[in-house]
Amino acid sequence: MRCVKCHETASVDLPSRNAAYCAPHYLEHFEYEVGHNIRSLKMFTTDERVLVAVSGGKDSLALWETLIRLGYKTTGFHLHLGIGEYSDLSREKTESYARAHNVELIVVEVEEAVGATIPEVSTALRRVPCSGCGLTKRYLMNRTARQQGFPVLATGHNLDDEAATLMGGILHWQMDSLGRQAPALESTHPKLGRKVKPLYTFSEKETASYAVLRRIDYVVDECPNSTGALSLLYKDVLNRIEAESHGTKLRFFQGYLKNLRPALASTGQKVELRECATCGEATTAEVCAYCRMVDRVYKWKQRRVAPTPAPVSPPT
Amino acid sequence: MKVIFRIPKPHQVELQGRRRVSELARELGFNLESHLVIRGDDLLTRDAVVEDTDTIEVRPAISGG
Ligand code: SF4
Ligand SMILES: [Zn+2]
Ligand SMILES: [Zn+2]
Repeated sequence: MRCVKCHETASVDLPSRNAAYCAPHYLEHFEYEVGHNIRSLKMFTTDERVLVAVSGGKDSLALWETLIRLGYKTTGFHLHLGIGEYSDLSREKTESYARAHNVELIVVEVEEAVGATIPEVSTALRRVPCSGCGLTKRYLMNRTARQQGFPVLATGHNLDDEAATLMGGILHWQMDSLGRQAPALESTHPKLGRKVKPLYTFSEKETASYAVLRRIDYVVDECPNSTGALSLLYKDVLNRIEAESHGTKLRFFQGYLKNLRPALASTGQKVELRECATCGEATTAEVCAYCRMVDRVYKWKQRRVAPTPAPVSPPT
Repeated sequence: MKVIFRIPKPHQVELQGRRRVSELARELGFNLESHLVIRGDDLLTRDAVVEDTDTIEVRPAISGG
């Protein structure tokens, strides 16, 4: 296969786009399209400070690298989740990337913020780790962005993530989340920042190809809690369809954005947001889900450290 | 040729004879939509030919969570 630009041997073939590129032209194509996504959906400008969520994996580091190259003002945000070696390695790779590129990075320890690591949170709540983890990420990212003056928050979600979420939403008819899924979300409350996903048109293979060809040192291993996740099953199914019918994932997600989302947005109920009675962040409840989680974790810890009462011996 | 898989469990497969990446994927049962085929510092497209003396890595591009 030959590069469509220079006819040298191609390194990346994109059957869904009817194209193939050599390494330098692939990198150029990738960065150009990220810039195009940002401008066409008015995600942010070069004057705005962008907080980039960086896990140390291929997608978030590919996003950060591209934004730096395109001249955006970025700061990285890394959450150390406390999931054993996986989290330590993730922090290490993220920090060494920031050092090597001389860019600002904010690291937050979940153990300090919540009072427990993600595995402990999971035990305390008796729920799968991803549930407390997702909630913690959303909350701490949003709070950090606002407190430190970032109007916009960028994440490395790619086309496979979006298509798998959409598929889950449709299979279970989760009308709330279906109406809200979008690559660029405006702020809906003074305490909530804008949320954007500049990589939403690239498949995971495309972002991974970019990371490898740019020689980005990312965490190849997966979070040990991801095995068996439903999102992985949806991704696998979608990729099996993609192998037989190229372009399905992109058409599926773009079609949703064009056809279904506007319809849902016009009929959907507006959620009333108010401020959490405990922490003041935006929420639909009296006390936000994060504060309720922290409270349960605190009580669980108290029970664990409380000494068992000594047996009372009858008076002699 | 040597085919190295690092994920989910590190293992290695030895095969005799040159073949295309697409044939390799079919034989070893991985989907080219979700895997990178890496030789040295470069990536291989599905029609690229892997030689008997090559060492390549097959790396999943899919992440969960
Ligand atoms: S797989 Fe689950 S626990 Fe692991 S980082 Fe992702 S959301 Fe968190
Ligand atoms: Zn080229
Ligand atoms: Zn709260």
